[in-house]
Formats: sequence, C-alpha cells, structure tokens
Amino acid sequence: MATTTIAAAVPLRRPRRATLLRVLLRRPSFVVAASFLLLLVVVAVFAPVIAPYDPNKQVLADRLQGPSAQHWLGTDDLGRDVLSRLIHAADLALLAPLISVGVAILIGVPTGLWAGLRRGWVDAVFSRIADALLSLPGLAFALAIVAVLGPGLVNAMVAMGIVFAPNLFRVVRGAALAVAEESYIESARAIGCSTARIVWVHVLPNIAAPFLVQTTILMGVALLAEASLSFLGLGVQPPDSSWGSMLEVAYQNQYRAPFAVLPAGTALVLTVLAFNTIGDCIRDAVARRRSA
Amino acid sequence: MSTTVIVRRLGGGVLVLWMVSVITFALIQLLPGDAAEAIAGDYATPEDVERIRREMGFDRPVVEQYVRWLLQVLSGDLGNSLYSGRPVTDLIFEVAPATISLTCVAIVIAVVLGVTFGIIAAIRQGSWVDRAVTSLATFGIAMPNFWLLMLLLLPFTVMNNWLPATGYAPMSRGFGTWLSHIILPATALGLASAAELARHARGSAADVLARPYIRTARARGATGSWLISRHVLRNAAIPVVTVLGLHVGRLLGGSIVIESVAGIAGLGTLAINALLQRDYVTVQGFVLFSAVVVVVVNLIVDLLYGWLNPKVRA
Amino acid sequence: MNILSVRDLTIDLIGKPGQPGLVENVSFDVPAGRSVALIGESGCGKTLTSMAILRLLPPEMRISRGEIIFDGLDLVTASPRELRAVRGGPVGMVFQEPMSSLDPTMTVGDQIGEARRLHLGESRAQARAKARELLDRVGIANAARRLDSYPFELSGGMQQRVMIAAAIACDPKLVIADEPTTALDVTIQAEILELLRSLQQEMGLAVLLVTHDLGVVADFCDEVVVMYAGHVVERAAAQPVFANSMHPYTRALLDSIPQAGRARMPLKAIAGRVPPAGEFPTGCRFQPRCAHAVPGLCDEPQAELEPEPGHRCRCVRVGTRELSLQEAP
Repeated sequence: MATTTIAAAVPLRRPRRATLLRVLLRRPSFVVAASFLLLLVVVAVFAPVIAPYDPNKQVLADRLQGPSAQHWLGTDDLGRDVLSRLIHAADLALLAPLISVGVAILIGVPTGLWAGLRRGWVDAVFSRIADALLSLPGLAFALAIVAVLGPGLVNAMVAMGIVFAPNLFRVVRGAALAVAEESYIESARAIGCSTARIVWVHVLPNIAAPFLVQTTILMGVALLAEASLSFLGLGVQPPDSSWGSMLEVAYQNQYRAPFAVLPAGTALVLTVLAFNTIGDCIRDAVARRRSA
Repeated sequence: MSTTVIVRRLGGGVLVLWMVSVITFALIQLLPGDAAEAIAGDYATPEDVERIRREMGFDRPVVEQYVRWLLQVLSGDLGNSLYSGRPVTDLIFEVAPATISLTCVAIVIAVVLGVTFGIIAAIRQGSWVDRAVTSLATFGIAMPNFWLLMLLLLPFTVMNNWLPATGYAPMSRGFGTWLSHIILPATALGLASAAELARHARGSAADVLARPYIRTARARGATGSWLISRHVLRNAAIPVVTVLGLHVGRLLGGSIVIESVAGIAGLGTLAINALLQRDYVTVQGFVLFSAVVVVVVNLIVDLLYGWLNPKVRA
Repeated sequence: MNILSVRDLTIDLIGKPGQPGLVENVSFDVPAGRSVALIGESGCGKTLTSMAILRLLPPEMRISRGEIIFDGLDLVTASPRELRAVRGGPVGMVFQEPMSSLDPTMTVGDQIGEARRLHLGESRAQARAKARELLDRVGIANAARRLDSYPFELSGGMQQRVMIAAAIACDPKLVIADEPTTALDVTIQAEILELLRSLQQEMGLAVLLVTHDLGVVADFCDEVVVMYAGHVVERAAAQPVFANSMHPYTRALLDSIPQAGRARMPLKAIAGRVPPAGEFPTGCRFQPRCAHAVPGLCDEPQAELEPEPGHRCRCVRVGTRELSLQEAP
C-alpha cells in the first residue's frame, strides 16, 4: 500500500519580509531612494579613494571660490575643496542618525512592547512619562541633555535619541496593543507558548511595518537635528565636520560667497528626502496589502 | 465643552507639567561634577564651596531639594542666572516676545498655506496642481529650516537690500518694521510645518470630498466656495487640528536655530548662550518655560478640537 | 403631464468605451403629482439612474447618451448654473443612509435651511424659522430644540425625517428618494413611507422612489419601472405589474416573495446571479437565467414593446405575444 505524503499538499508560506521587499522594489520612487542611500554608503566607505582632494588641506590663496574645473563645488573659507569635504562627511550623515535612532530603539521598543502587551500600571506609568517627554519641544530638550553631557556629536545624537524614544514607544505600544487583541495570541498562550516565543514569532513580525516606517522617518529627522545642532556648534566638534557644520561656515561667509550654502544643504535635503520616501513607500505598501 | 472634560484635560496638563519638573530637576542632578563647585567658580576655596553647598541646600536629601525647588518655581522664582546673577524669570520675559512673535507668525503661515494648498490639491485630485502641491510638500518636509532661511536671505537680503538682515524689532517700532524683520525667519520656520500640514489636509479633505454628505450638499445646490467653506473646511480641519499641537512644539524647537541664523535675541539664543556658559539654572528655566507653553498650547488646541467636532463635546 | 422624462439614458465608465453601458437605453416618465417606483435588485443600476438625474454621478462615470427632461429643461445638456438652480429647489433628493448622508458638524436646522438660503436667498434666521416648521411637519417633536441638534444625536428614523425635511424645504415639484428606508428598522420604514405619502398628497409632489422592496411598492406607488442589469425590462401602472406581469424577470421576482401561510414550501429563487458590470450578455441581459430563453431570438438587442396600452415590456417573445406568462384561467 503506498503511503501518501501530506507535505506536498500543503503550500509553503513565503516569509513575509521577502514579499514586502518585492512589492517595494516595484515602486520607482523606492528604487531611486534606496539606490541613493546605497550610493551614499559607498561614497562614505570609499571616501578616501573617491574624494579628489584632502578635505582638510587648506590653500588660503584659493579661498571662497565658486565652482570651477579644479573644484567642482568650489572652496570654503580656508581654501578647502568643498566636494571632498562633502564626501568625507557622508559617513557622519549616515552614522549620526543611526546613533540616535539606535538609542531610541533601545529605549523605546522594549518599553513599548512591555506597555502594549502587559498593560497594567507599567503601561500607565510609561505612557505618562512618554506624554511628558513629548510635551517638551524636541530641540529644547536635546539642548538640556547636551547641557548635562557636554557638546559633541555622540552626545548630541544620544540626546536626540532620548527625544525620539517616546515617539517610538508610542508607535510600538500602539502596534503591540493591536496585536495583543488578536485571538491568535490567546491561542498561542493556550498551547503553552512562552511569552518570549510569542513576542518573537507573533508580535514582532506584526509590528515590523509601523516600526520600519517610523524608524526611517526618524532617520531623516535625526539627520536634520544633527545638522541643526552641529550648525549651532553643539554637535560635531572641530576638527571634524559634518554637513551641518559646513553649512555654518557657509553662513558665516554668505555675503562674500552667497552660493556656498548650496552644496551641503542640497546633500542634506536629498538624503532626508530619501529616508522619507522609503518610509512613505513602506507605509503605502503595507496599507495596500492590508486592503488587498 | 462640558466642564468635566475641561477639568480632566487641565488635570492631565498639570500631571504632565509635574513630570516635566521632575525630569528637569533630575537632569540637573545628573550634571557631572559638583554643582556647588561649578557655581563657586574656578577660584573658590574649599570653604567657599562648602558655604555655597550649605546655602544652596545641596547637602540636603534629594527629595527635599526637589520639593524646595518646586515650591520656589511655583511661586514664580526660577532661580538666578549663574552667569549674570539676574533672575531667570526676568531674562526669559525679556526675550520671550521675540520668540513668541516668531512662532506665532510661523504658525499662521503654516496653517494658512498648508490647509489652503492641501484643500486645493484635494479638490483637484490627480491634476497637475495636485501633483505640484504634493511634490513641493514632500520637498519642504525634507528641508532644514535654517538652510531655507539662508536661501531666502539670498535674494532678499544678501544680494539686494529689500529686507533687513538680522535682528528683531518689537511692535512698538511700528507694525511694518516688525513685520519686515520677522517675515523671512517666520516663513523659513513655518514652511516645513506648512508642507506637512498640506499633506495632512489634502488627505483629510480628499476623504471628506468622497463622503456621502458632500453629495447630499451638492444635491441641495451647494457648489464652489459655499460647499468648501461650509462643509469641507470644518470636517477636513478636524484631523489636522489634532496634529497642530505637535507642530507648535516643533516650531518652538526649530525657532532655536532660526533665531541663530536670523540674529534674533530670543529664548533660543538665551538657551544656547546659557548652555555654553554652563549656566544650568537658566537652561533649566528655559526647559520649564517651554514645557509650560507647549502644554498650554495643547490645551487650547484640545478646546479648539472640541469646538470643531461636536461629537466630542458631549 | 410628465414632470420628469428620461429617454434612452446610457451611463458609461469613462475610459472603457468598448464595455456595454452600466445603464443602457433607460426610458421612463414621472407624471406630475404621481409616485413612480424604480425597482430592481442590487446592482441593477437603479441608484445610478437616480443619481444621474441630478447629475451626481461619481467622477469616473458619465452620461454618454440620452435626455433627462425636467419641467422642459434637459438636465444632460444644462449649464452648471441651470443645474444648480434645479438641485435642491424644484427637485429634492433623499438618500439611503441618513447617518452618513448628513454633515456631522452642521446642525440639523442649518442643513434643512441650507437649500432655502441657496435658492431663495433667505438669511440664516429666516431659513431656521422655516426649518422649524418643516421639522414639525415631518413629525419630529421638540422642533425648536432640535434645530440645534447634530445628526449623531438623532435616531436613524429621525435623521431620515430630517433628510426629507431638507428635500422639501423649497416646495419642490419632484422628490427623488433613493432607498430611503433600506437602512432603517422595519417599524420605522412604515412610518417614513407614510410620511412620504402624506407629503405627496398634501403638496402635490411627484415622487420617484428607488427601492428593491416590492412590498413598499405595492402600498405606495402609482406606477412601476422594473430594472435588471442596467435595462428597464418592464414598466406600467402598479396594478397591472403585480396582477399581470409580463417580463419573465418580473414574474420570477414576484414569485420569489415568501408568502405567509405557505409554510414548508421551498422558496422559489431565481437561478443564477446578476451579471457583474463588465460581463453583460449581448441582447437580453436576463437571458442566462430565463426559463423561456430562445437562442438566436434572445441574443438580439431587445426593443421595448407595448403589448398592452400603458404596459411596456422589453422582451421580444412577450412583446409579440409569442409567449404569454399568464396563468390559464
């Protein structure tokens, strides 16, 4: 008597993440934005190779020149090549937001999960704290934290991370709440799944989408915040420079070289735009899948 | 709006403010090094430091320090600046008008531009107007506001002399002067919020326009500006108002940088200078003041929401 | 004298020229002061037809052919200003789900008075005064206080009364009611219909009642227009349609009504399903489900014939008296 195998009859479920990526890749705006960010990573990694000049080399005779054949984006007030400085600061444009978003994730995600899944007084306390933190204007609060920690890029980004944490907390908590209501959580508990397993297998995949959307948007906001703080002198400290501090230099010299404000600013806008576009695309893709 | 709801909101606001006070106080406690030493300065003797420690109550338990500080704050005394010795409250109220002017004009610009263009885009969904507004809005959200100000300054100030470059002019010097100083910074500050509000308003207006009650209104003969002002505006504004409070907070934060670029002596400038001078008392006062402003504004926004949305009033 | 005459109305989806019309060659009349029922199942196009009269179709649809003559004016070719003058003034409309068809942020009084402010130029106070009268007339107690209520504070039945009050605010000649009672409880349904009937008699209104409920039709309407899959298949005065329906679809529809006192008998359903919009058969659209279909004959577009005076039917076989559905006496 032949035995039939059941396995062949049951269709395998494709992992969710793979299908989301495939959907996203069909959208041209996502492809452009993602390519831009990948390009930025490449530029950041290979900066010493790509940049035409030494970013710190001062040639005082060539100060504040406009774009030319030798200096595609001109020179700054100390005669340094703007394009090379832009290229070398690209790594900070990616790392700085990563630091603050990382801090926000470390603080916001576990607390959000806890509050959303366990509820009770923990939720009440954390939510109140989050409300209080969110009522402080972000940059003002970051300023206060930098006052305590002292100026510096890492400090400034950690401060922004703390500012972002309640934001992420709320998003994760909201998503976790929605998942906790679902009956498959009850079923999982009923068959004896441990909380850790429930979180890992059931909760996290379902909150992945809002989490990803919020995180990508926060990357953009963090970059803008880094630019602001570095512009004010509270972020990156000399001799290092980021696009934000380059803007400050350009601002100091805006009467002598008005268009020097363009390169760093454009780089910032494009990068933030890329982050935002990715966040929007993920949000649209998920919304569409839900209604499909 | 019923009194119970108002009282509950006020209660919530008070609770939030209390937590902010705890957080602010805790922040200063976390200062590296000794507060008394910092206040005493570099040339103090150990006796001086001890004396200051006793005077300022740093040798008391933390909770007691907090309570004393809180009582002090509630009576209106935010302490004295470590740098100049002047009461922080005075310093704040000296520069507050500039920041408030800046933020208020920015909000007006943000709401008027954002909601108007959002609704226009929703009415002309799919047309080039819609695409233009959406693209501009997406771009505007990604822009650093201080860079936008620099760009605006280029034609208006740097290359031509149409508008003054820096500084703040109080109303007392004439409305025109006040406006000419504040208009560029406020526009730069408000445009990012305008962009977001436009996107938001477009979504909510598009949603409203698809609703059955709009069709009913059209069946009664309502068109054009009547339809928009009486049916669309209110219903579309409701979701937008919910994010208004958030934007005010963001504008207050953004004003810090704008003030620096525009050379406006406002709260932000005060805070930055205080930070660089290690004047923690002033920084603390600044944070508290900002929080109070944001909470009050959120309360007002809540009331506005209740006025707009009758379902909430009950 | 017909207050409304619809001739050969055809409604299409924009951008799909090859597809057969969602509503095709629909013709019917509404005599002044009389009530006409437009009946059919969901998806037959009756709601689209009623929307088309006041040119309230969704943006992706359009009227590709036909005339809609209201009181001498062809609404299909009318200018926007003429349309605006008709909507809410001489023609009032009542919609299906009152909860979502009333503006949630506007008081009931303002919504009722809106048409008067738009058409008669009344001030807000004047319009409110009239609204108060109207609230009384439609049977809402405490009219003065209700003026300042919001829709969500009213029950479904009261909301529908408000809609009716708004529709008759400017003493219209025609009221179009699109399934006014479908979303309401059965007990309320009767009240609303009774209200419509009394208003009709009192004001000499013509009423076009769009519904899928045959019971409603029997009580209320003078004339009946039966639609199926975008076509008018039968139209006549109410009594002949019920007593002596001609078209196989109408007959099947009447047969499928559950009858009290006939327990334990299988319900007669109509086999098959209503074809979705893109899949209308050529020729007679009821053909796949018709027990009397004849290939060849029924594949041709069916003209509307008049086998008895005043009783029209879109079925070649019945129209030429080749087929008779009458029970043998």
